[in-house]
Amino acid sequence: MRKTAALKPVDRLDASLPAHRIRAAAPEDLSNISALEGKITGQPKPGYWREMLGSYGHGDRYFLLAEDEAGKLLGFVLGEIRAWEFGSDPAGWVFAINVDPDTRQGGIGTALFDAVCERFRAAGVRSVRTMVDRRDHLILSFFRSQGLMAGPSIELEMELS
Amino acid sequence: MRLQKATRFGLYAVLELARDPGQQLSAGDIAQRYGISTNHLAKVMRELGRAGLVAAERGVGGGYRFAANAKRTTLWDVVSLFEPAGRGPAEPGEETQAGAALRVVLDEVAEIEEATLRSISIDTMLRMRPRVKAQAA
Repeated sequence: MRKTAALKPVDRLDASLPAHRIRAAAPEDLSNISALEGKITGQPKPGYWREMLGSYGHGDRYFLLAEDEAGKLLGFVLGEIRAWEFGSDPAGWVFAINVDPDTRQGGIGTALFDAVCERFRAAGVRSVRTMVDRRDHLILSFFRSQGLMAGPSIELEMELS
Repeated sequence: MRLQKATRFGLYAVLELARDPGQQLSAGDIAQRYGISTNHLAKVMRELGRAGLVAAERGVGGGYRFAANAKRTTLWDVVSLFEPAGRGPAEPGEETQAGAALRVVLDEVAEIEEATLRSISIDTMLRMRPRVKAQAA
């Protein structure tokens, strides 16, 4: 049986934050997650999300979702702890966060980010990272608003012809 | 990255006014707080007004107030008002292999600068708490 936390009351500091609960995603969430992906990107990618639901949600890999009182999916986040990558201490990585466009600017993204960071902290890591396309100003702005700054690494790449 | 004086003054003014959207401050008030030229700031304020970032209120107690959405306004929105746009005209020597290679690197630097400035909103700036060295009394 799925464990769920109590509904979080409306945050007094942000009256637009809808009542919601955050819980671990489960295989039966696939259709809703895929539908939200389709709503945002136009590509539902059910095969990809089925694989993610199988790979995440246990150990140091987190797949969390936010839903409203009626169980409607509001958003989700994926993160994991990667140890000794590029010689770095273990760190939390957030590599996917999606919020229903109808619910944005309401604090759900922040609540999801806070929730995955809380799990990283509980696992003993002290920093959180992500990688974002520098032309994607919306998601860049979101992570900046959470307090993330440029880290010590620079991503480099080249085309292999 | 070096900012022109007008850019820095514009950022100071926008951040100062956005700190409390209900407040109205004159160019002189803001200039005094930051130790900058009132005359220069007055010109900057007019440019910020034309861009819709601040609004001038006339009459007793009048002054400037922040007129934009702090969550939607980024550093780039202010910087781009005062800094030269685009890559500018071709520089002497750019047609050479060394000049073209240098241009590629400088374009990369400019692109990262722009992405950084576009990603940081006024609201995010106001919530930053960098360590500031205590000023001598």
